[in-house]
Amino acid sequence: MPTDAVAAHGGHDHHHDHAQEQLANKVFGFWLYLMTDCILFATAFAGVAVNRHSYAGGPTGKDIFELNGVIIETACLLFSSVTYGFAMLAAHRNNKSQVMLWLGITFLFGLGFIGFEVKEFMHLVADGNGPERSAFLSSFFLLVATHGCHVTAGLLWMATLMFQMGVMGKPLNTTYMSRLTCLSLFWHFLDIVWICVFTVVYLMGVI
Amino acid sequence: MLGRLTWAAIPLDNPIEMGAVGLMGIVVLIVLGFIARYNLWVYLWKEWITTIDHKKIGIMYILMALVMLLRGFADAIMMRTQLAFSHGASHGYLPPEHYDQIFSAHGVIMIFFVAMPFVIGFMNVAVPLQIGARDVAFPFLNSISFWLTFVGMALVNLSLAIGEFGQAGWLAYPPLSELKYSPGSGIDYWIWSLQISGIGTLLTGVNFFVTIIKMRAPGMTFMRMPVFVWTILCTSILIMAAFPVLTATIGMLTLDRYLDFHFFTNDGGGNQMMYVNLIWAWGHPEVYILILPVFGVFSEVVSTYSSKRLFAYTSMVWATVSITVLSFVVWLHHFFTMGSGADVNAFFGISTMVIAIPTGVKIFNWLFTMYGGRVRYEPAMLWTVGFMVTFTIGGMTGVMMAVPGIDFIVHNSLFLIAHFHNVIIGGVVFGCFAGLNYWFPKMFGFKLEAKWGTRSFWFWLVGFYVAFVPLYALGFMGATRRMEHYDNPAWVPYMWVALLGAVLIFCGIVCSILQIVVSIRDRAKLQDVTGDIWGGRTLEWAISSPPPFYNFATTPTVADAEPLWDAKQRGTIERQARDHYEDIHMPKNTGAGFIIAVFAGIMGFAMIWYIWWLAILSVVGIILTLIIRTCNDDIDYYVPGEEVARIEKAHFLKVASLETEKQHAD
Repeated sequence: MPTDAVAAHGGHDHHHDHAQEQLANKVFGFWLYLMTDCILFATAFAGVAVNRHSYAGGPTGKDIFELNGVIIETACLLFSSVTYGFAMLAAHRNNKSQVMLWLGITFLFGLGFIGFEVKEFMHLVADGNGPERSAFLSSFFLLVATHGCHVTAGLLWMATLMFQMGVMGKPLNTTYMSRLTCLSLFWHFLDIVWICVFTVVYLMGVI
Repeated sequence: MLGRLTWAAIPLDNPIEMGAVGLMGIVVLIVLGFIARYNLWVYLWKEWITTIDHKKIGIMYILMALVMLLRGFADAIMMRTQLAFSHGASHGYLPPEHYDQIFSAHGVIMIFFVAMPFVIGFMNVAVPLQIGARDVAFPFLNSISFWLTFVGMALVNLSLAIGEFGQAGWLAYPPLSELKYSPGSGIDYWIWSLQISGIGTLLTGVNFFVTIIKMRAPGMTFMRMPVFVWTILCTSILIMAAFPVLTATIGMLTLDRYLDFHFFTNDGGGNQMMYVNLIWAWGHPEVYILILPVFGVFSEVVSTYSSKRLFAYTSMVWATVSITVLSFVVWLHHFFTMGSGADVNAFFGISTMVIAIPTGVKIFNWLFTMYGGRVRYEPAMLWTVGFMVTFTIGGMTGVMMAVPGIDFIVHNSLFLIAHFHNVIIGGVVFGCFAGLNYWFPKMFGFKLEAKWGTRSFWFWLVGFYVAFVPLYALGFMGATRRMEHYDNPAWVPYMWVALLGAVLIFCGIVCSILQIVVSIRDRAKLQDVTGDIWGGRTLEWAISSPPPFYNFATTPTVADAEPLWDAKQRGTIERQARDHYEDIHMPKNTGAGFIIAVFAGIMGFAMIWYIWWLAILSVVGIILTLIIRTCNDDIDYYVPGEEVARIEKAHFLKVASLETEKQHAD
């Protein structure tokens, strides 16, 4: 199958090398983008750190965080990383239907994560503890929602890839392997960021 | 339906603004009329708007910077005129709320839409050519970057006609920039134009880092890269590390203004100093993002026009790298008066002074390159010498202000204004003109005429000193920045001298325009036939001017930091086309970058005016365009070897016929 893909791309060996080189650049460039994203999150974390006691008479972390929901949410995201790993293993075995299956499961886990997060936000806002309550809550909402937006973007990307490979019948060639690899980097990166959010915001918040 | 956008947003009662709008409208109409007259729509779309050729994108960046320089300068001379008249009983011709918009727009335009596009334009034009590459790593992303910057620029200029611009300075410090104190559309224009163009810049940083790391010609090790490439590598690192902070900080201000968050407000536990710290954590690296590339330009120019290898290449590289690292540990010197205590201020004061060391190393390296060289005073070299003198003075006033005790006295005074114009005009602007004169023949195939270029240089140089030395004095006399009226009669003569300086700079700008016009008229005479018009030393001069769209017919191999000079010395330059060339893999043009940026611009406009449905639609438009683009597999093609051979043969024939002509003339 991979040889087919190369043949479809047009023949000469140096053409193929060139394509490989471009894809390597793509993954490297995407990794660099993730590092810039890391700095974006670092800035949001700085906001949380600076405003950690700026309650303005409002609730503290202890008063509002319900760890039970957050733990299930965290589990969803961690498991989704595992299932994405299985999708990549299947991709390297060139088994497209298994890739689709594992991507589907990853998508559902991701969706579950977003569901829990939205529920938590709605709950907080309904109690009058929205971001407008205090600088502490502003920083909390910014950081967690920035992460949530990233996860949502990842889900959209995943859905697009599933559509392109499943419905449009795109093959698992070098182009799609590089896209799967980039999304994989993105997805695991968001996992790592979430572990920091869970530790710094929730665990340290309730202590 | 249209949010808060009403007819009242158009400043019909303000004759100055409407005059400016009318003038801009006339210029736009003339350009559109010209395009329609010669039916250039298809040409524009095919050759420029959808292009992903780094050379054309570079030219568009530089064109944008030149046009915006006029706009930014108009703001400047309006301010100088106001201050010459507005003292005592007279209040000048600009009401405070208009004056505040002018100085805010002046700063934003000069930094984000003149200096940034200028240096990014040079990156685009020169870096792939200097490293022997066919394009940047991600040509499509490059097109998105340019058009996002363009859209940001368009939004700033739109604020003149619809609504207002920010009145809180170029960095929009809260709480003044919060909704409570700036309820109009001005700060929102500032937010969205910077946010959109900032994302474009971030992508440029990633793009050029990958390009330089991954796409250098075989044999070009790190210590064989031209110094300009080194400075762009460091600039890309600075962009990648600093611009996310800007995005996040402006994002926080946006949430404060739109969704009642409390990051920087007076109430709710907000903390304004967090904004000031964060914005300078981006802002200080930003000034090095501007100056490092022009340091690279000067290095190229000095060694080329001195016909001599750059003095102490290795120390030049390490100086660049140290400046890159140090630029992240000095941000607090922008607000010593915050009151962080003697220890903190001392740390940042010393780290600031330390930056003078690598910068001094560079100055000496340039001087020693000239020493004993065969110096040719073409305009690019004049700008470089002007820079060395002016920038050194600006650097010294900078070290003065790095002493917290002195800073407490001159903080936010005109002394500060004089200092940073001293380094930005004397450094970045002079460097941009040097680079323009240097690379113009590579971009267009003919050089800029020297006589008007020299006049422009002298007007700028003298004009700069006449305009800004009085501001140093005024700063000591207590005059503050951003003031539109004063009562001290002793300041008046200095203000008039400063205005005279601005007029001299205006003459310099006119000379620059004439230089370009005259050069276009005489382009046959000024033609660069060989592609190596200055006796260059780096790879961009090894190919024709302008280069073919694929840049290098065969990938060059490099054995020296000055590969072309090296080849010339050893006589290994190719003097005729080969018989056979390989097929060349090239990306196809695409309109997707332009379309995405247009949607981003509409989104920005919709957010500014609270037209939520339109903002949502534009975001959907951006996402759909991206998805459709990724579904398209037909994004590249091969240039057949025969076509390459035809283009190369034509070039070598032209060079050969010129050489015979020369021999006849002798």
